[in-house]
Amino acid sequence: MSTTATRVIVTKEQPSKRRVMRKQRPEHLSRPGQRQRARKETVAGYAFLVPWLVGFFGLTLLPMGYSLYLSFTSYNIFAPPKWIGLDNYIRLFTNDPTFLQSAQITLIYVLVGTPITLLAALGVAILLNYRDKGAAFFRSAFYAPSLIGGSVSVAIVWRAMFSTDGPVDNGLTFFGIDLGGWIGQPSLILPMMILLSVWQFGATMVIFLAGLKQVPKELYEAAEMDGANAWRRFRAVTIPMLSPVIFFNLLLGLIGAFQVFASAYIISNGSGGPAGMTNFITVYLYKTGFSDGRMGYAAAIAWVLLVVVAIIAFILFRTQKSWVHYSGDNR
Amino acid sequence: MTISSSQNALVQIENQVDPDPKVAPRRRITRKTWQTVVWFVALLVITAVVLYPLIWLFVSTFKPNSEFGQNQGLIPQSPTLDNYAKVMEGIAGVPMGQFFWNSFVLAALSVIGTVLSSALAAYAFARLQFKGLGILFAAMIGTLLLPFHVVIIPQYILFNNLGLVDTFVPLILPKFLATEAFFVFLLVQFIRQMPRDMDEAAKIDGAGHLRVFWSIILPLIKPALITCAIFSFIWAWNDFLGPLLYLTSPENYPLPIALRLYNDQSSTSDYGATVTASFVALLPILLFFIVFQRFLVDGVATQGLKG
Repeated sequence: MSTTATRVIVTKEQPSKRRVMRKQRPEHLSRPGQRQRARKETVAGYAFLVPWLVGFFGLTLLPMGYSLYLSFTSYNIFAPPKWIGLDNYIRLFTNDPTFLQSAQITLIYVLVGTPITLLAALGVAILLNYRDKGAAFFRSAFYAPSLIGGSVSVAIVWRAMFSTDGPVDNGLTFFGIDLGGWIGQPSLILPMMILLSVWQFGATMVIFLAGLKQVPKELYEAAEMDGANAWRRFRAVTIPMLSPVIFFNLLLGLIGAFQVFASAYIISNGSGGPAGMTNFITVYLYKTGFSDGRMGYAAAIAWVLLVVVAIIAFILFRTQKSWVHYSGDNR
Repeated sequence: MTISSSQNALVQIENQVDPDPKVAPRRRITRKTWQTVVWFVALLVITAVVLYPLIWLFVSTFKPNSEFGQNQGLIPQSPTLDNYAKVMEGIAGVPMGQFFWNSFVLAALSVIGTVLSSALAAYAFARLQFKGLGILFAAMIGTLLLPFHVVIIPQYILFNNLGLVDTFVPLILPKFLATEAFFVFLLVQFIRQMPRDMDEAAKIDGAGHLRVFWSIILPLIKPALITCAIFSFIWAWNDFLGPLLYLTSPENYPLPIALRLYNDQSSTSDYGATVTASFVALLPILLFFIVFQRFLVDGVATQGLKG
């Protein structure tokens, strides 16, 4: 963004400079030519953007508008949509316990899972930052789950590992904790889903680690000279210096967590069970829109999801000023 | 010899003038060593926990069906390759090779579409000045944060009306239209870092924008293009929701949807085949990761890409 701003200033300055030097300049840079060049650049700009523009308007913006319209209708794909006003929304919040449960478990998953993932990522990043030699291997090993964590394969593995007599059940029984299989139990399935998301801490950790490397060593030395202990240095140097990275990871982590689908769908065999405890908002949306064919109602669910994500992003951006510190020189 | 001995001497002198006489230099070194050992062991433990599911998956592919739930240990008692033979036969009358091929075609076309369309858009956003640039750029950033689920219903209706359900078009076309804003953003950031001297020189020599883009910008941003290519391949390979929505006949299924068949049909009766199919589906990604790991991890570190 800042680059654009500076560039605008530069182009504003150019005419006066050009006027002085016009005579020495080649023909095509003189003022009329320049205007022509600007027009040419506009044409080129839009030409280069054609695929993106088609995608943005055709597959994102217009569909969003259409889905907003559908959310006020009753629609299955076979008969034309029938306008029913706010009925879908009223029903969602007053007369649909499945939706309310779905919203509740999704919020728990997002608001508990994301902070835990961030803490795990930050902790391991600090551990890795202690020493450079040998850290690259661990960094790669921890990163691997982020790449595959959302896949069907991993969901199947998770399902097998946490089922009755699976490795986790057996391991816990060995230590005298007999919980049985986690898959069939409503109280344990959400913690298991959160564990699966925490397992993918690697990408977040790599971004934290890159941020830690940027913190100037002098700050720690100065803090140490002033008698700050390790915890104080962490609180007063690491956290503020890392706050832009924390903000970035928190924003993307929360938005990403809302969209978890494949693992919940596979682990519950498409049912959202047991007792609706993996029926995340995306799973409910899919089942409503595509298994039951109630597309108007599903569009309303999608818009509730969008509004909630927007509110969370808005809150984060608004509170940013009070806790995110951008060092003056580079932003 | 002389250098090292003089260095030794220097070290000794330094040790003698150690400001803190209570801490002997020897003990300081051992303390440091101990810290490193503890550091190393802690990280090894974390590695073991993090990689255990993958190790379990790999080892389990050699377990005969009867050992699932019976054999409490990690290692199979009577290792067998039966699972692999069974998986290669396929499921629902379609051989495994077909699922692999479908996944590969989807991923390869996604890479081509994403890299091409994202690079075109990124050049316009990063290098050209035109009316509406600011608002369009803001819109692009906005789509970065937009949950994909908001558009799946209208998109489905659109492709359904066009008669394109159960073809690859709904999965591939968006990739050629740069709908994955992350890649556009990544390339914009990368192009902005590149010096403008070469573009300006080429323009004075009479090169048009297409020429500048093709012969100057594309070669300059090759590393970022490779990062985009790798990530779009992996994301397309792992994608589940897209194929679940659009592909209905088994001979069109990519691996994730085929895996769902195993999970649905045979999770109780044929654990071995389910687990082995999962492993086989992951294998290309894992190999990709081992080959390109530094590239991937550095890409994440510098560009903030998530997995």
